[in-house]
Amino acid sequence: MSELNFPIAFILIAGAVLIPFLRGHLRSLLVLVLPLLVLTLILLLPEGHASTIEFLGFNLVWLQHSQFGIVFAVIFSIVAFVGNLYAYRQANSLELSAALLYSGSAIGVVLAGDLITLFIFWELMAVGSTLVIWSNRTKEAHRAGLRYVLIHLLGGVILMVGIAAHVAQTGDITFKDMTAGQMGFAEIMILIGVLVNIGAPPISAWIADAYPEASPSGSVFLSAFTTKTAVYVLIVGFAGTEALIYIGLYMVFYGIIYALLENDMRRILAYSVVSQVGFMVTGIGIGTDLALAGVAAHAFSHIIYKALLLMSAGSVLYQTGKRKCTDLGGLFQTMPKTALCGIIGALAISAFPLTSGFISKSMVSTAAADQHLMLVWFLFTAATAGTFFYAGLKFPWFVFFQKDSGMRPEEPPANMRWAMYIFAFFCLALGVYPAPLYDLIGPTVNNYNAYSASHVISQLQLLLFSGLAFFVLLPLIKCTLTISLDFDWLYRKLFFGFALSIGKLTAKTYNSLLGFLNNLISSIGQRKYPRLNRFSSWSQTIEGMLSITLLVFGLSLLLYLFYSIL
Amino acid sequence: MSEEKHWLVRPATIKKLWIFLLTSLVITVLLEFFVEHKVHFGIEASFGFSAWFGFLSCLLMVIGAKILGFNIKRPDTYYQNSYNQENKHNKESSE
Repeated sequence: MSELNFPIAFILIAGAVLIPFLRGHLRSLLVLVLPLLVLTLILLLPEGHASTIEFLGFNLVWLQHSQFGIVFAVIFSIVAFVGNLYAYRQANSLELSAALLYSGSAIGVVLAGDLITLFIFWELMAVGSTLVIWSNRTKEAHRAGLRYVLIHLLGGVILMVGIAAHVAQTGDITFKDMTAGQMGFAEIMILIGVLVNIGAPPISAWIADAYPEASPSGSVFLSAFTTKTAVYVLIVGFAGTEALIYIGLYMVFYGIIYALLENDMRRILAYSVVSQVGFMVTGIGIGTDLALAGVAAHAFSHIIYKALLLMSAGSVLYQTGKRKCTDLGGLFQTMPKTALCGIIGALAISAFPLTSGFISKSMVSTAAADQHLMLVWFLFTAATAGTFFYAGLKFPWFVFFQKDSGMRPEEPPANMRWAMYIFAFFCLALGVYPAPLYDLIGPTVNNYNAYSASHVISQLQLLLFSGLAFFVLLPLIKCTLTISLDFDWLYRKLFFGFALSIGKLTAKTYNSLLGFLNNLISSIGQRKYPRLNRFSSWSQTIEGMLSITLLVFGLSLLLYLFYSIL
Repeated sequence: MSEEKHWLVRPATIKKLWIFLLTSLVITVLLEFFVEHKVHFGIEASFGFSAWFGFLSCLLMVIGAKILGFNIKRPDTYYQNSYNQENKHNKESSE
């Protein structure tokens, strides 16, 4: 394997280019085989492997084996496979192609050894994810995708500024711990650029804005890659940065509160992405070995259970065409398998013992306790209870149970079901037997044991009593036909209204100016040729000629002014 | 008159589920007597800490969300309306 000297990501990106030209079985085969091929190559990559290439005078490390990079690359290729399995019969070619580009470039980011390679894949990821949203081809998806791409291009520019300044200052393009020296302008710009992609405040709104507008399978892809590559970059570059603790805690509770108020089932899950990623960001801020290992483990299990939850919500959407909790309910009767998979995902996100969430989330909590971060630990514990409340119970309750909506949809098609079974199995298997995940992350977690009697019992108390709270408080959390205002109000309402009124004003001025000129020209024409009919073709021609003369004159004046200023 | 309800939503089952939930609550709290907790912070040592802390934090979050909701909840056509306004304006000006 030592001769492998190109980014593994290229395999998926090449697939993305091929997809539009393929049909039928060949296309299906490609989208399923490529992620498995990539997974094999990643697992075969020898430790410490680094292949380089000369580019514009820089020595790029475009494929590198690193402790955390491998963890993320493995889960990315697994979710690419299962996501494609879920999508390949229902999604259109654009979505499949975009998903391959998206997952490929995400793998490119986590296996990049230098900042330039990282940045290139980072931007490709923004392109891929935007196309995933647009491939849903609804008006809402188009608009949400536009807002999404604007945010990500902005984040990309900030990241680019940071990288350029960092390289200019240090002359070093290696991607490594950025906090080693003094954190200057360059490093702070890089940090902000990454935080944009992670959904940090104040612009956390893009996640809940864009993800629910994608197709059922599209939101599965979206939930997996963008925020988690940002988590990876923070682990390597900014571990132990104290500000991240507070940013993370904000995200945790932002996600919970907004999810409690939300009505759209996939938007509830999108808010919970912010909340769960907040756990990871806080863990990175704590920055000890155990905390970082916990973050990597939690990212791993999070990708699986979040994909499972979104697949189960996607199946409901695909079968019923409904997405609001107020329209759903009682679906467990005819979709028991989907409901069961949704419940397993919900238990895993709540960190129930015997699920993947339990063995990963507790690592970050333990790290907080070990560092005597009392506030962090109490807030984490409260958030764990809250997570069971809004995601573990609210999502399955309102979608599959509560009042009977009267709908009796069938189970989704076989490929969608199997994708859910695979991830439901993963959620439980990792919870019962976490050793393979711990081995993948490395020696720091070898002697970590989540299953102490004390831990299991306090976790059960915490979750079951928050379950009691859910059913007691049920009348207070009834879903309503509402959305919740967020920071995006600024650009969706205020700036929009502002732009609209400027546009109206411009149009008005332009129209009156045009009317004035028109009158002027026709009066000149009338004076010179008084016998011509006002509306004859002759007088129209003369008016036209006069207008063109005026226009050319005006443009030359503008050009002259432009150059004289320059 | 109507077909029989699914067994899971019959009142009898729901009653059994409540009994099951409450029993398991009691059991988890009673298990406290048999387990030694590793205490990091003082208050954690109080009896059934996780139980009352979990319940209370959920209560607080729901109340917090409720209060916030009064201020930030809008009809879910809120943003669509502004776009529709724009479209109407475009139509008017093109006519």
